[in-house]
Amino acid sequence: MSNFFESHWVLSLLLILPMAGAALCLIVQEEKSRYVAMLTSVVAFAISLPLFWTFRSGTAAIQNYVSVPWIEAWGIGYTIGIDGISILMVLLTTFVTPLAILASFTYIQRHQRAYYAMLLLLLAAMIGVFVSLDMFLFFLFWEIMLIPMYFIIGVWGGKRRVYAAVKFFLFTAIGSLLMLVAIVVIVYLYYRQYGVITFAYNDLVQLPIGRDLQFVLFSAFALAFAIKVPLFPLHTWLPDAHVEAPTAGSVILAGVLLKMGAYGFLRFAMPFFSHAATSPVVVGTILVLSLVGIIYGAWVAAVQPDAKKLVAYTSVAHLGFVMMGLFSLTTQGIQGGILQMVNHGISTGALFLLVGMLYERRHTRMIDDFGGIAKVMPVFAASFLLVALSSIGLPGTNGFIGEFLILIGTFQKYPVVAFIAATGVIFAAAYMLPMVQRMLYGEVDREENRVLSDIGIRERLVLAPALVMIVLIGVYPQPFLSLTSASVEALIEQVEHRAVSAPVQMGVSDLRFDRMPILGIDE
Amino acid sequence: MVNFLESFLRVAQHADGGYQPILPGLILLFPLVGFVINGLGAFLWRDSKRVPSLVGPLAIIGSFAVVLANFLAMHAAMPHDPAIVSLWTWMAVGDLSIGVDLQFDQLSVLMLLVVTGVSSVIHVYSIGYMREDPGYSRYFSYLNLFVFFMSVLVMGANFAIVFVGWEGVGLCSYLLIGFWYENREFASAGKKAFIVNRIGDFGFLVAMLLVFTHFGTLNFVEVFAAAPETLVFGGGVVTLITLLLFLGATGKSAQIPLYVWLPDAMAGPTPVSALIHAATMVTAGVYLVARAGVLFAMAPVSQATVAAIGAGTALFAATIAMQQYDIKKVLAYSTVSQLGYMFLAVGVGAFTAGMFHLITHAFFKALLFLGSGAVIHAMHHALHQVHRHDDPNDMRNYGGLKNVLPITWGTMWIGTVAIAGIFPFAGFFSKDEIIWSAGSYGYTVLWVVSILTALLTAGYMTRLMVLTFHGENRSGADVRPHLREVPAVMWVPLAILAVLSVVGGWIQIPESLPALPAVDALHHWLEPVMEPARQVMTEHGLHQAHESPLGGGEAVWAIMSTGLALIVVMLTFRALVHRRYRPASESETPTGFAGILYNKWYVDELYDRLIILPLLALWRGCWRIVDVGLIDGTLNAMASGTRMVGWVGSLFQTGRVAGYMFWFVTGVVLILALLLL
Repeated sequence: MSNFFESHWVLSLLLILPMAGAALCLIVQEEKSRYVAMLTSVVAFAISLPLFWTFRSGTAAIQNYVSVPWIEAWGIGYTIGIDGISILMVLLTTFVTPLAILASFTYIQRHQRAYYAMLLLLLAAMIGVFVSLDMFLFFLFWEIMLIPMYFIIGVWGGKRRVYAAVKFFLFTAIGSLLMLVAIVVIVYLYYRQYGVITFAYNDLVQLPIGRDLQFVLFSAFALAFAIKVPLFPLHTWLPDAHVEAPTAGSVILAGVLLKMGAYGFLRFAMPFFSHAATSPVVVGTILVLSLVGIIYGAWVAAVQPDAKKLVAYTSVAHLGFVMMGLFSLTTQGIQGGILQMVNHGISTGALFLLVGMLYERRHTRMIDDFGGIAKVMPVFAASFLLVALSSIGLPGTNGFIGEFLILIGTFQKYPVVAFIAATGVIFAAAYMLPMVQRMLYGEVDREENRVLSDIGIRERLVLAPALVMIVLIGVYPQPFLSLTSASVEALIEQVEHRAVSAPVQMGVSDLRFDRMPILGIDE
Repeated sequence: MVNFLESFLRVAQHADGGYQPILPGLILLFPLVGFVINGLGAFLWRDSKRVPSLVGPLAIIGSFAVVLANFLAMHAAMPHDPAIVSLWTWMAVGDLSIGVDLQFDQLSVLMLLVVTGVSSVIHVYSIGYMREDPGYSRYFSYLNLFVFFMSVLVMGANFAIVFVGWEGVGLCSYLLIGFWYENREFASAGKKAFIVNRIGDFGFLVAMLLVFTHFGTLNFVEVFAAAPETLVFGGGVVTLITLLLFLGATGKSAQIPLYVWLPDAMAGPTPVSALIHAATMVTAGVYLVARAGVLFAMAPVSQATVAAIGAGTALFAATIAMQQYDIKKVLAYSTVSQLGYMFLAVGVGAFTAGMFHLITHAFFKALLFLGSGAVIHAMHHALHQVHRHDDPNDMRNYGGLKNVLPITWGTMWIGTVAIAGIFPFAGFFSKDEIIWSAGSYGYTVLWVVSILTALLTAGYMTRLMVLTFHGENRSGADVRPHLREVPAVMWVPLAILAVLSVVGGWIQIPESLPALPAVDALHHWLEPVMEPARQVMTEHGLHQAHESPLGGGEAVWAIMSTGLALIVVMLTFRALVHRRYRPASESETPTGFAGILYNKWYVDELYDRLIILPLLALWRGCWRIVDVGLIDGTLNAMASGTRMVGWVGSLFQTGRVAGYMFWFVTGVVLILALLLL
């Protein structure tokens, strides 16, 4: 059995199973589809969970690796595997998805088969993004991911769902098209250097790229990822998408999709273009934008009348912390950043679940429509409070670990940046606690709220795993941190080394595409 | 797992002199289990009072017993070095390693003794005070959780673990201030406390970052041992670290400029005010400064700041206390003021004196709050019986209660005399040592301020006693017959604290006082912990003089101050006891200077106008103008622009071949023209 968990089959199964589940969803009866989806996602989680123990944390090597040629003429392969950077992302994905599906049971009434099929397709695509070690495969999954999300927002969303869906799609698509160009350029450069066409990550990452060209290519990747993160000022698609998306959509969006950007920086942009990624201009820009995200995101969140929008803006602040940690290029900063991605996925996902539960009861998300909820829904209120505390990073919850490590790491190199970012802890309290107070406390002054039922067994099952993880990671984060340490240290070393070794020549002017056989102009 | 349990129960490193922590984990486990049981009870057996009444207090008493055992063992061995108990690795990333470690030394054990001791008494009192509250179980769960986090704060062996306790007690404070959350104002007070405290916590957090950057560790033992070599005396780094830590302290311990949350915190149940907002949590800042004594000793600028803010807060809060009518508000400002004394002490370098006042204050202020709770309890019941909605907290509705609440009256007078600093009560010894330290270390201005404040203290406390217990009763003829002394479960705690408020000061009696045996127990006890800080100060020439700035030794000024306080008490009593007060509903709001004091120098209003409103406006601006206007505006404009171009283009797509031919020919002509010219 342990053989299975050390082979690529566990990952391949995580790709195949949800796709099969999605197909099955489409052919079963309308009201059965939810159970198919639930079962599939739970099995996917069960399959992935043992990785937590079987993963060898002492090495930075890629594990569960396989590489099978796929489109040989273009050097494209089915190459997958995980390391310390992706394992937590994979686990986060399989952890969040069942919760999102279970939370949809009563909320989604229309086109259930298509809905659950979309969710499962999304699951496969998200896993695919995190395990792909072939640039073509990665880009494929990256784009596939867009489609189910587009429909989830656009079909099952709120009033302005079409606007939000189109906005989401355009933002992400523009970024990823530029990234596609950059990928092709890298492949071309590799071909020119070594005479081989390959999309394999492990080969391309070795390619020395000229310094000024690095900036161009980095920008293309960075734009795609920065939109996804989202970094200020590219964040405005996020509040709209969140507000309009159904609960499960928001949960997955916040829980996993937002991590794609930060993951992309770590996995691709930083090792590929180490010189650019460590140059003062780039680091300075990203740190400043992260800072703006932390502070500005919190400020704007604090004045939102819509609970869901408030939570959406807090994501901008939290992901600002993550980006700051990554670009501090310190062990604590990056490990903290990775853990904070997980934390944000759990805490913000849970916040969206909670807001969704209220929405299902009252069909409003406006903070002022509530008040005194703690009286009528005590279990809900207690859960809400715990999640809110995790979101503002109270020690003892997961949120603190991530933020603290990021701050420690950043402070080593950029004390002023970390100092300003630390004010975020004040603003976090300033957006979260007033919301808690206005919704949970006070008298129940609205007749509709007097008869609200507390959360039921299904809803408790949805929340319980998240609540447990919030405390578990807060109290005993070491097992999670251990998983990432070897890979992060290797990454830092690699990036620092390659930043210096990047060739000075080979600039933008060297790019001539007329020798590219895949373009059909073979000489 | 076995390892973990072993260390949880009994393992010590670093220990010498034969002391080993006894069952250290249980100190935390008891209140934690209490929290879990009572917390579950709040949902599962909501109406049962038996389980919380039993589990709540017993959890804390059990914890107190373990602490007591540790205290006795430590007393016997008097180890020189702290004993560290490592429970598990919290975060180990790169060169950062933070363990869940507990530190047992004289300072932490003494503080634990006070915390768990006073907590035990107050838990018992709560059985009576909260008896009829529907949130009984929830109340005890929060209170247990508070003791858990407070113990973490006290025992933490590194900055990070102390920070866990630090924010944890803040959370409990938040939950308990807003305990009656259905009252929007009460919930608001909790929120205010949390947010204001977070400003302080920001300071603590950044201080930790600095400490780690310069020491590579957050462990107290290593940091304090390395500090004199690693950092420059009086240098920027140590000054910044200590000032940031002190910012944290001003939040938690309610000092200028962050004190504003504490008076509002009186919205919580009165035993909470006694425990959290008087005796224990709010003293955490003082404890932190004493804990980091070496660092503060190395930063004279920070020391002066701490002392000045402390003295300033002491006087400022005392003036406000003079004109409050809510009995708990008087005590709240009194607490702020007394905390100021403690900071004055640690600021001038008299760390032990600060801890001394922390201990005696825990006794007499807990007593005074519980006493006020007894009064409120009695008033509340009486008012409830006759269905009146007067404010049971307003002293203008009291008067002459000594006949119906004799035990409360007697014990509260003991507390009043103690806080007024009258010999031989506890406050006399601790306050005297602070005032003497300020004077003899050469802080003349602060010394004068501290004496002035002592007189004000005697004044406002006597006013409180007169308004409450003496003169004529103003509660109304219908209410009066329903007033009753509180039950034994409430007055026995008062009696215990009253005894401590008398004898608590006898652990430290200065040599210079005539006709008294000199006792040096506290200084001797804390010596191993405080010695490094004292060494730093002596090395850099900070000496204690033998005379006050105005001449005269310690004995002269001690006798003088107790005499003055006594005179103030008597004068105030005689001045007020015959004054005719009217019930709150018939009174006018004070005007003139009294009005300014009554309105707390308008500081809350000032903060509102100068900070909160402008910030909210800025935040709204960010959203409406930058996000919606600028960013989305630009994007939507780009989208409409694209659509516009498409629309113009579509005008050419008429479907008529003649049209296409026309544009085709025009194009060709244009190109040819360009080529030819």
